[in-house]
Amino acid sequence: MENLQFEFPAAAPASGRAIAGVVASGDLEVLLEPADAALTTVSIATSVSGMRPVWAAQLARIFGDGQLPAARLQINDFGATPGVVRMRIAQAYEDLAPAQPERNGNGR
Amino acid sequence: MDVESLLARESFIELGARSRTRKLLDPGSFRELIDPFARLTSPWLARQGIVTQADDGVVVGKGLIDGQPAVVLGIEGAYQGGSMGEVSAAKIAGSLELAAEDNRAGIPTRAVILFETGGVRLQEANLGLAAIAEIHAAIVDLRRYQPVIGITAGPVGCYGGMSIAAGLCSYLIATREARLGLNGPAVIEQEAGIAEFDSRDRPFIWSLTGGEQRYRSGLVDAYLEDDVAAIRAQMLAFFRQRPPDCARSQKISGFQRRIAEIDAGSQVEPQQVRDIYSKGFAA
Repeated sequence: MENLQFEFPAAAPASGRAIAGVVASGDLEVLLEPADAALTTVSIATSVSGMRPVWAAQLARIFGDGQLPAARLQINDFGATPGVVRMRIAQAYEDLAPAQPERNGNGR
Repeated sequence: MDVESLLARESFIELGARSRTRKLLDPGSFRELIDPFARLTSPWLARQGIVTQADDGVVVGKGLIDGQPAVVLGIEGAYQGGSMGEVSAAKIAGSLELAAEDNRAGIPTRAVILFETGGVRLQEANLGLAAIAEIHAAIVDLRRYQPVIGITAGPVGCYGGMSIAAGLCSYLIATREARLGLNGPAVIEQEAGIAEFDSRDRPFIWSLTGGEQRYRSGLVDAYLEDDVAAIRAQMLAFFRQRPPDCARSQKISGFQRRIAEIDAGSQVEPQQVRDIYSKGFAA
């Protein structure tokens, strides 16, 4: 297991919190919460060690342009491929629903 | 089943625990207790180098069923095989205990448990086992006031100490995909030998421990298609009828009588089990 931290520039604070995915084989869980500053932090616990460059590259593709709302993301990863990482993060942003936190599904 | 109804059907098995829980409660009434953002995770897995899930694999959904207070406890089978650790099992036991207290205080809270579990989480050993015992005690306590309904849909099924919990429920619902048994196939093969039980033979496993066999043998009360609407309708029907006078787990002499009819000298066939058990377990 390895813990990784990343930071990216971001837009206005996210409108709420959301959760997507499950810590299942080849999948991951994303917990998304609003962040105050124009900064998104990504905190990862992954079962696969030694993959920092891959995470850095994939997260830069997603957050690099600084257009997404500012958020604190916690990712609990159980060997998800980069494609699944991108899909689950997108799903969490899509699910943002401030008035009805109960709507936040795990999408399965 | 024709193609159209197959496409129109909403699968329960394909849903995760949180979605399953929400689907069973009255629309709009779902409220999660100790949700993932509470970050009540397993304190034991991380120090063994295992990634934790923020809800420890159990969703506690509070809300209404048929307009009456209810709690649905959804086990996420995809996370660590739905195994019961200290935290996940305590979430279930604590919820059931609070539901029983509600009933003693005049609030008719009812409970549904979604069994998708291999049983105790081996990495947490005795702590998980102790908490499963608390689940057993809490089901027996609560079922005096309200029916406790267990649902095992698949694909994980329900094993180990949690199969005992399923057996303690007032009513048990299963699909064809589900399996229910004390020991899992690999464990039986390891203990009894491959001649007795081949854990790679899936049709054989389902023929003995699958949802249909358990229903035909009287160990499951409803056998349903993998359909959200059908499962919810059956759950409502069970809640609307009078709770059973005598829980299945109380029919001890009846079970002893049936077990005595089994010839342990030869390999028992699934049909023989159905023939013997379908006579019922009345004392």
